[in-house]
Amino acid sequence: MNLLSVDHLNVNFHFKKRELTALIDVSFNLKRGERIAIVGESGAGKSILGFSIVNLIGKPGYIHSGAIKLENKDITKMSLRQLQDIRGKRIAMIFQDPMMTLNPVITIGDQLVETIRSHTKINYKDAKNIAIEKLRNVQIASPERRFDQYPHELSGGMRQRVIIASVLLLNPDIIIADEPTTALDVTIQAEILQLLLAICRDNGVALILISHDLGVVSKVAERTLVMYAGQIVEEGPTLEIINDPQPPYTQGLLNALPQMALPGQRLNQIKGSMPSLAERPSGCAFHPRCPYATDKCRTQQPEFIYSGVSSVACFMVEDMLSEFSQDDEGQL
Amino acid sequence: MLAFLLRRLIQACFVLIVISLISFAIQDKLGDPVRQMVGMTTTPEVREQLREELGLNDGFITQYTRFAKNALAGDFGTSYYYKEPTIDVILKKLPATFELAFCAILLVVCIATPFGVITAIHPKHLVSRLIMLVSSIGLSIPIFIIAIFMVYVFSIQWNLAPSFGRGETTVLFGFWESGLFTKDGLSHLLLPSLSLAIALIPIFVRLIRSEMSEVLQSEYIRFAWSKGLSAPRIYFFHALKNTMLPIITIGGIQAGTLVAYTILTETIFQWPGMGFLFMDAVSRVDTPLISAYLMVVGGMFVVMNTFVDLIYGLVNPTVRLASHGL
Repeated sequence: MNLLSVDHLNVNFHFKKRELTALIDVSFNLKRGERIAIVGESGAGKSILGFSIVNLIGKPGYIHSGAIKLENKDITKMSLRQLQDIRGKRIAMIFQDPMMTLNPVITIGDQLVETIRSHTKINYKDAKNIAIEKLRNVQIASPERRFDQYPHELSGGMRQRVIIASVLLLNPDIIIADEPTTALDVTIQAEILQLLLAICRDNGVALILISHDLGVVSKVAERTLVMYAGQIVEEGPTLEIINDPQPPYTQGLLNALPQMALPGQRLNQIKGSMPSLAERPSGCAFHPRCPYATDKCRTQQPEFIYSGVSSVACFMVEDMLSEFSQDDEGQL
Repeated sequence: MLAFLLRRLIQACFVLIVISLISFAIQDKLGDPVRQMVGMTTTPEVREQLREELGLNDGFITQYTRFAKNALAGDFGTSYYYKEPTIDVILKKLPATFELAFCAILLVVCIATPFGVITAIHPKHLVSRLIMLVSSIGLSIPIFIIAIFMVYVFSIQWNLAPSFGRGETTVLFGFWESGLFTKDGLSHLLLPSLSLAIALIPIFVRLIRSEMSEVLQSEYIRFAWSKGLSAPRIYFFHALKNTMLPIITIGGIQAGTLVAYTILTETIFQWPGMGFLFMDAVSRVDTPLISAYLMVVGGMFVVMNTFVDLIYGLVNPTVRLASHGL
């Protein structure tokens, strides 16, 4: 059974004059202990998807339709009270910038203890012991001393460790990590990523990793969703997607990796930029930037089709597949 | 900490020197003190003699040096009207003003904080819009009109609270005349402190609202939500603590404004405090008393700002008093 299933999720932004769509018909499943990644350029809707899973989209955004089921209980229909029970306890989040995530005027210890105490009846001393143990788990030296310190007394990498510890406090089923290493030093990025991976693997925690860095994703996630303009365009095993990207957008993303360019050469990039919510192109949203776009792409939305172990929404892939199958029939 | 206080002390001395110079410079523009001191029948010769005795004929520099020399010895001159040391006269009136200002600050904190927080959390709610509307009206009406209006409505029309004086007082520690411990004293405090508070409440509601709405947008508040904390915990602990940092600083500066407003409020409500005394001193051309008042108020400014900085250091962990400048 799926631990989490997102079903035809639509998220809109409500402005005075008009309604803009941020997520269109997003569906995916997550099994217990599974690690998946959501990739795409900035503005693709990755973070909005991450936040909508705990129903924490900032105003004026809201979930327009669809369902997010955590073991058959629909999160979109929960009251704030029920949501608060789930947030932090069953689904915990790690944010992008550890410098901004911790409250600057409250001690590390208090920020950890309050999380435990808001979900379980436990006295301060026991909660403190749990917090210190978790700090030790994320390899923070002398956690007793750190407990009484304020966030500004810690470095960025240290703070991200504290945040990971805070996420672990209540042994959640799912961790949503929104670009957890983007704001960090390159040397620390690898450490934090290793830590996150080890923690999820050892405790059987499912991970939703939001990232624009396919290099990071390939090290952590078993399955990957590629997003463009609020839609999923490809979904499949991470290795498959990296070795054999099918839609032109995924190909473009991979080509844009710095590792793919020769030293001294200009880096590859996808021409143009992500459209804003208000200027969503007709048909396949990627067509203005796609080198293979046809008239069909300009007018019609591609449906999801299975292609090998992945599923893809792209007319080019669809056409290629049907050609193959015709060839097969001819041979028969 | 000690270095910080020492620096503040030096700063206070500078402030007092500047204030005394200014108050001395305006003295001879206020009128003739001698005319207020003697009767109609006094001959010009006697008046001239008195003027000579008081040293009023000396030049500015001579007069100021004499004043400064005495001041250093702790003597801030003798009031022409009360014939007593000016400091004693002022200190006798200090408790009344202090209690008035204290109650007003208490009212500002207790009213402006919840209002500011409510309007920040629910900016579009009808109640918030009403609060904002009233606060912008409050901002634009001068305090003396509000005070006179309150006297008319609450004490003349409805007879709910007395409109002048301090009422019954008790003496604490042998010198502090307090109106806080009798029912009559408290009822006399009601209107003056409320009208004084109304002068500052609109500003603080707006300040807290704008600061809090900014804090509520921040990542750490979003993180707090994602941890599943309750709404009151997020609003009144996580958000309010950060909101209060800049408010404390502005509050310190506004506390000075409050002292200025006491002159108006005390005059309207016949409140026997320092502000009322100052107005009397001005009309009587009691120049030593005027100078002494200005210096006491200047000193209070410095003390209050130091106090505010100390509180700020307690609330904000990133500030260490000893290491940052003045």
